[in-house]
Amino acid sequence: MASAQEASRPFAAFSDVSIPEDIPVEGDISVPVAPSTRDDGLSTLDEPVKETVLRDLRAVGNKFVHVLYPKRSSVLLRDWDLWGPLLLCVTLALLLQGGAADSNDQGGPQFAEVFVIVWFGSIVITLNSKLLGGTLSFFQSLCVLGYCIMPLTVAMAVCRVVLFTTVETVGFAVRLLVVTASFGWSTFASTAFLADSQPANRKALVVYPVFLFYFVIGWMILTFSP
Amino acid sequence: MASNRDPFQFQEFEEAENLLDSHRDAVTISIEEEDLKSKSQRTAVGFSPDLTDEDPLGSDDKAELLGGQKKTAPFWTFEYYQTFFDVETHHVKERIIGSMLPWPGKNFIQVYLRKNPDLYGPFWICTTLVFATAICGNISNFLWYHGSPNYKYTPEFGKVTIAATAIFSYAWLVPLGLWGFLLWRNNKILNLVSYTFMEIVCVYGYSLSIYIPAVVLWILPYEWLRWCSIVVALCLSGSVLVMTFWPALRDDNPRVIMAVVSAIVLLNGLLAVGCKTYFFSKPDVEAHVSSSLKTEAVQSTLST
Repeated sequence: MASAQEASRPFAAFSDVSIPEDIPVEGDISVPVAPSTRDDGLSTLDEPVKETVLRDLRAVGNKFVHVLYPKRSSVLLRDWDLWGPLLLCVTLALLLQGGAADSNDQGGPQFAEVFVIVWFGSIVITLNSKLLGGTLSFFQSLCVLGYCIMPLTVAMAVCRVVLFTTVETVGFAVRLLVVTASFGWSTFASTAFLADSQPANRKALVVYPVFLFYFVIGWMILTFSP
Repeated sequence: MASNRDPFQFQEFEEAENLLDSHRDAVTISIEEEDLKSKSQRTAVGFSPDLTDEDPLGSDDKAELLGGQKKTAPFWTFEYYQTFFDVETHHVKERIIGSMLPWPGKNFIQVYLRKNPDLYGPFWICTTLVFATAICGNISNFLWYHGSPNYKYTPEFGKVTIAATAIFSYAWLVPLGLWGFLLWRNNKILNLVSYTFMEIVCVYGYSLSIYIPAVVLWILPYEWLRWCSIVVALCLSGSVLVMTFWPALRDDNPRVIMAVVSAIVLLNGLLAVGCKTYFFSKPDVEAHVSSSLKTEAVQSTLST
């Protein structure tokens, strides 16, 4: 007992230590609120489904507008998505159905053939541009090539309408004009996006396969006969 | 060797043959890995007059220096395949023109490829030829039958797959066979020149490039025009191929040489004639009519 008291003695000196009352202690001990992005991430969970769907649709529509007026912008490249190419490919393949020679195999391309040509062709062209040293990523290239099919899909719709008029040579001339114009537009639009990512001495090597790709699709559209 | 330039200035050392040009008796050692045996044999045997004009494309700094160091990436990486696409636009243009215009003494592999075979040219030339054949065949059929009453236009899209199979197997299997054959003969007879598989594929791919304008010409429905263009195209591309493989076959048994040369030309011609016959032939309109009459007759006999 006494030793305990003795032991506590050395600490007795500290009992005199006191914080003078005239030195203010200041500070803020509240935890800072988390930044507002956290709140946004949480809030998209709560938004209505319509809002979510519309956001994606607006992004796709925005890219369509950029294909219509191709100028050097990075919208297609920065936020790539493959919804637009899928939509366009399905539309094109559906519009190419209903050809007269569907039953025999010397007819037009089947649904699966159009799909394979569009997607496999895009993949081959993307691989080609990457092997030649391009700086675009794989999916960015697929996105650009897919979105630039839009003029050709519009031409296909116009051709089907024209074919209802059944005036042979005039109809054919109109279709030829429309398909040629849209083929040129597609090629021009996609090279506006793709050619910048290549070194200058290889631009033509990258553009030619794109030209061939849209030429073959244009040929499929032009030779569609109901 | 006999250079008046400042010794400290960077010099481009060209291939052994050019150095030999000025000093016929000198022995040069080339330190490129692949053709070590062949080059030393060449200097020993003597200077062959074929390999005179070595540098028509101007000096390409990278080509000779990195000649022995290419393609070191393992084959499962992306970089390995990038080495086969290491060409520029003007290279491809020159290679295409060189494959259409055979010049005596200009070996395509040595003059244009220069240890840098590419896969861009062969692949896209073959693809273009496939679509050109199918499309032009379709156009020529349409023009031929236009106006005849029984004809219903069809795009005949299934023919694209057939064309693709034929042309791509020619472009890959024939070089494989030729490469294997040269390898086998190399064991038996000491050959001067050996080609890698990629170089042979490259030559074959580029040699098909003359058929693209020929196929477009075949749209016009004149038989004499078609056969003339086949003969001309066959002569040009066949001679490019023969001149390319001549140094590899020169020292062989004359009968083997004859067999291989005729096989090269024959396969080339077979592809051309086969394409023409399958895609551009004109089955008679009477055949259509007779087959439809036959089916009607069969149906009427069945119904009675």
